[in-house]
Amino acid sequence: MANTLNIVQAVNQALMNEMENDETVVVYGEDVGLEGGVFRATVGLQEKFGKMRAFDSPLAESAIVGTAIGMAVNGLKPVVEMQFMGFSYPAFNQIISHVARMRNRSRGRYILPMVIRAPYGGGIRALEHHSESTEALYAHIPGLKVVIPSTPYDAKGLLIAAIRDPDPVLFLEPKRIYRAFKQDIPEDAYTLPIGKAKIVEEGEDVTIITWGAMVRDVQKAAQMVKAKGIHPEIIDLRTIAPMDRETFVESVKKTGRAIVVHEAPKTLGTGAEIVAILNEKAFLYLEAPPTRVTGFDTTFPLPRGEKHYIPSPERIAKTIEDVVKF
Amino acid sequence: MRFEDYNPLDEKYYSILNAHGEIINEKDIPALSNDELLYLYKTMLYTRTIDEKALSYQRQGRMLTYAPNTGQEAAQVGSAYAMDKEDWLVPAFRELGAWLVRGVPLKNIYLYWYGNEWGSYMPEGVKVLPVAVPIGSQYQHAAGIGMANNIKGEKNAVVTYIGDGGTSHGDFHEALNFAAVFNAPVVFIIQNNQYAISVAREKQTKSKTLAQKAIAYGMPGIVVDGNDIFAMYSATKEAIDRARNGEGPTLIEAFTYRLGAHTTSDDPTLYREDSEVEEWKHKDPLLRFRKYLLNKNILTEEWEEKTKKELETEVMATFESIENKSDTEIDDIFKYHYETMPPQLEEQLLEYKSFLEGGK
Repeated sequence: MANTLNIVQAVNQALMNEMENDETVVVYGEDVGLEGGVFRATVGLQEKFGKMRAFDSPLAESAIVGTAIGMAVNGLKPVVEMQFMGFSYPAFNQIISHVARMRNRSRGRYILPMVIRAPYGGGIRALEHHSESTEALYAHIPGLKVVIPSTPYDAKGLLIAAIRDPDPVLFLEPKRIYRAFKQDIPEDAYTLPIGKAKIVEEGEDVTIITWGAMVRDVQKAAQMVKAKGIHPEIIDLRTIAPMDRETFVESVKKTGRAIVVHEAPKTLGTGAEIVAILNEKAFLYLEAPPTRVTGFDTTFPLPRGEKHYIPSPERIAKTIEDVVKF
Repeated sequence: MRFEDYNPLDEKYYSILNAHGEIINEKDIPALSNDELLYLYKTMLYTRTIDEKALSYQRQGRMLTYAPNTGQEAAQVGSAYAMDKEDWLVPAFRELGAWLVRGVPLKNIYLYWYGNEWGSYMPEGVKVLPVAVPIGSQYQHAAGIGMANNIKGEKNAVVTYIGDGGTSHGDFHEALNFAAVFNAPVVFIIQNNQYAISVAREKQTKSKTLAQKAIAYGMPGIVVDGNDIFAMYSATKEAIDRARNGEGPTLIEAFTYRLGAHTTSDDPTLYREDSEVEEWKHKDPLLRFRKYLLNKNILTEEWEEKTKKELETEVMATFESIENKSDTEIDDIFKYHYETMPPQLEEQLLEYKSFLEGGK
């Protein structure tokens, strides 16, 4: 039977599968229970698994994460939702001081098999604080894993892997493409490896490293430059931390050129880390300086300005041409 | 005792054993055997000995920063003794007496303050979380453990601690709210020792008591004489019973006093008068319990003398067993961040080891 789902439906099915498979999985957050989440990612869970396992919490992000720590210590696998990434900061202390550190500071005595889900990124004409991409803030913290899918197939496989992971995972869902397209995916549970990138398109002229909603924009840019005889290799990083260095380093050794595309601000963003890795691991293979196409070092603009902020396929295509010509 | 009879808004204050070692609340004397009473007294002596030795080692440059407990032994030992084996303890960082009662070995405790993470590796069966330094955050972990108990249908309770300063934190309020909304079996204890480092309790909140904050969250709150081992035991026991019976969380304010410094880096003479400290020395939890036990002929001076010597020997031997032998293994710094070490971390470890080996 065909199981054709978009990203948000794939997230929902992953949760359904895992709650079915493992009775220690519990799901909660703001509006997560009765309503099924503001994006409907958790719709139907409470109906199927009851109010003890899928429920609404009071409106307090720090306590959503803080109580999930206690639950995980006490044998459950909580999957909690930050309604928007821009609202995750009240929980920042819990995430950095405890979620990321519990295994290390107890020398493995207490572990936190928990997932923090958050829709992230801009482009949905949303209110203030509903559009940021602050993955680098979290990826910088030792002890956290940061996973970002870009397709329904990956969203489901990676979320199930995150739930089964013995370590805490921050699972960022690119809400701009929540419903952008559908894929036929397996109805049963399956996992994809966390920390493993995917080559989306093979090419030989330049390597483009990206993730989340930007994957589709990079694909559009690639279509544009193909007409000019340029064939980019596109890599979807899928996990920001820990990063799959090998896949993009090997690719750049082949193409000699690299561009990182991300929605987040440029300075000290994830792209800076990738370029540094390329300097360390592929310096002698480089035929052009590795470069970045990113959001600006500005606050994410309100909807009337967001088209300027998110790197457009045209901007990406221009950079591809520049880098190939260098 | 019923929590209803001690509404903190009426400035009711729960106590059984007064500062002179006299029983002032006959009907609430806990039903504890003489052996149990001696165990409690011994544990309080143990706590104080560990503190005194740690401070002296610190002054000799043999110990790092240490947070002393002196004056708060009854609040810690009395509350923890009300717990059952399967109950969880979620500490802040000044709960030495509670750790000892719950089976945390002194070696762990000293190792932690000596600067090695292995101190937080709790032995199997000891349901105690590591020290939580960030202030207030641990209350939420306790609420979550309690929520998980409800989901799993388990009957054990959770006891957690915070200081008076911690009650200003958002995490404190969020935790009480979550625990109440989800009817979590948690006993929230505030060790109100009157100072958050240098900031006096009065500057922390306009509320007359800290316990009254419970009312806003729909749970009982009570102010207990934190230097009274009987009152602390009895109030905590009743709160744990409530929790276990599905009646939800309770907030207990243990009204006590930190006779020493916040930590060894602190100078309390900057923010409080000696006369105030002297006054509280008369309310010392050990002194009054000792008087009571001597009057009842449960304690003899010979037993006390012998016990003190034994404890001192044990404490010194434990410290010496870790001193100069507890440097962190390089591998340990790296290998407990994830179940499987990511390649970049492994690379950093190998590079550093190779550097140490002379760049081979």
